[in-house]
Amino acid sequence: MTSKISLRGVTKSFGPKKVLQGIDLDVAKGESMVVIGGSGTGKSVLLKCVLGLMRPDAGSIKIDDEETVALADGGRADVMRKFGMLFQGGALFDSLRVWENVAFGPIQSDGMKPAQAREVAIAKLGAVGLGPEIGELYPAELSGGMQKRVALARAIAREPEIIFFDEPTTGLDPIMADVINDLIVKCVSDLGATAVSITHDMASARKIGHRIAMLYDGKLIWQGRTADIDHSGDAHVDQFINGRAEGPIRMQVRRL
Amino acid sequence: MSIPLVTLLGRMTLAFLEAIGSVTSFALQSVRCALQPPWYRQQILRQMLEIGYYSLPIVGLTAIFTGMVLALQSYTGFARFSAESAIPNVVVVSLTRELGPVLAALMVAGRVGAAMAAEIGTMRVTEQIDALTTLSTNPYKYLVVPRLIAGVVTMPILVLIADIIGVLGGYLVGVYKLDFNDQAYLRNTLDFLQFQDVFSGLVKAAVFGFLITLMGCYHGYTSKGGAQGVGTATTNAVVSASALILTFNYFITEAFFAR
Repeated sequence: MTSKISLRGVTKSFGPKKVLQGIDLDVAKGESMVVIGGSGTGKSVLLKCVLGLMRPDAGSIKIDDEETVALADGGRADVMRKFGMLFQGGALFDSLRVWENVAFGPIQSDGMKPAQAREVAIAKLGAVGLGPEIGELYPAELSGGMQKRVALARAIAREPEIIFFDEPTTGLDPIMADVINDLIVKCVSDLGATAVSITHDMASARKIGHRIAMLYDGKLIWQGRTADIDHSGDAHVDQFINGRAEGPIRMQVRRL
Repeated sequence: MSIPLVTLLGRMTLAFLEAIGSVTSFALQSVRCALQPPWYRQQILRQMLEIGYYSLPIVGLTAIFTGMVLALQSYTGFARFSAESAIPNVVVVSLTRELGPVLAALMVAGRVGAAMAAEIGTMRVTEQIDALTTLSTNPYKYLVVPRLIAGVVTMPILVLIADIIGVLGGYLVGVYKLDFNDQAYLRNTLDFLQFQDVFSGLVKAAVFGFLITLMGCYHGYTSKGGAQGVGTATTNAVVSASALILTFNYFITEAFFAR
């Protein structure tokens, strides 16, 4: 099976700090890959490199066998068309109403008429369990869990082939976190999309991931099926998934 | 003793040059984006309203008191040489060439530049700018270009209005306080006014409009580190815009009037 996303030897440094030191990762079409790792291990940097928000120092990132690292504006926008992204804090545009947020991609980038885009937005809000009346509110008027749902609706509004989730459950209570996990599983399977998530929430990782990879010290030290993570045979992975303070992993203090 | 001083000087010079390079590349990237479609017309209109219309009260207030104080001050000076008839001319030339554009620009820099840096800076730290990119929208085109266009287009209009209000201020003080003949005041104002006086002021206004919005966007766009970073960006936007306005003012004046 060919890979939807394929990374080879991706490195990225900030000054003397080597954040990514040669990442090799393949994600098959329709697969849900979860990258776990402690805070400050470079999970977000990895995601931003794949998205093209950051440029890696070296290595290759292929989407559908197309090399994307060196793409300029026009080609980059075409690749972006395939992506949806759920940001950690939601990153909703606070000057726009909820439905305008969800309809932003269809209107601004795909040239859809506002009236039609509004119906798409309301349908997508329905898909994440929000009624049409929510569409008239501004993001600041919503609770954290609601904002996450709206952000999810925006991420799937253009029916992307690949969806990225940046710590989708961080900052939510356990019940709302599980609701979001269920929605992610449902949306990904409804769209038949390929998903890449980064998280340090193991409950979330087990629920949404077909496969899990662990990032530590700039490298992917383990990857395998979700079912296999409990007997990975790797001391770092065991320490992380069981949340033990004692073990081979020392906590990163400074943020990257 | 001298070595740390040299190190410090070198470090400051490098930081300064780096900032110039970074601003220049930001400006070039923005201008390049401004020349290619798509243009977000709704955003441009919104920014024109924000920069132009909502700045009218403060710019008008600045202009009217500047015109009034100009008339009053030049009267106390010129009366010593019995040169009172030159007052209308002094008022209108000072306003159109210098005070209109410079003071209006400084007020707008404080009002609009700060707001822009804060808004774009907050969008940066809450990942809204990254979100724009993932929605296939170029943030330069959506956020920066509309502000630059609005700044360049609306500042000259704002300054033209400021010129008129300023002259009105001078007229009010001249006629009602200093007992000028109202007809003679207006005649003296218009007779000595040259096209170039007004035109140079409007060119300045357009350049200042570009500088204010560029600084607001640049500092907002490059801000980092949460609330404190946004605060720093806001301060830097206003300070750098003000300094650039005064610097460019001298060089534009020299280009127009130095012989």
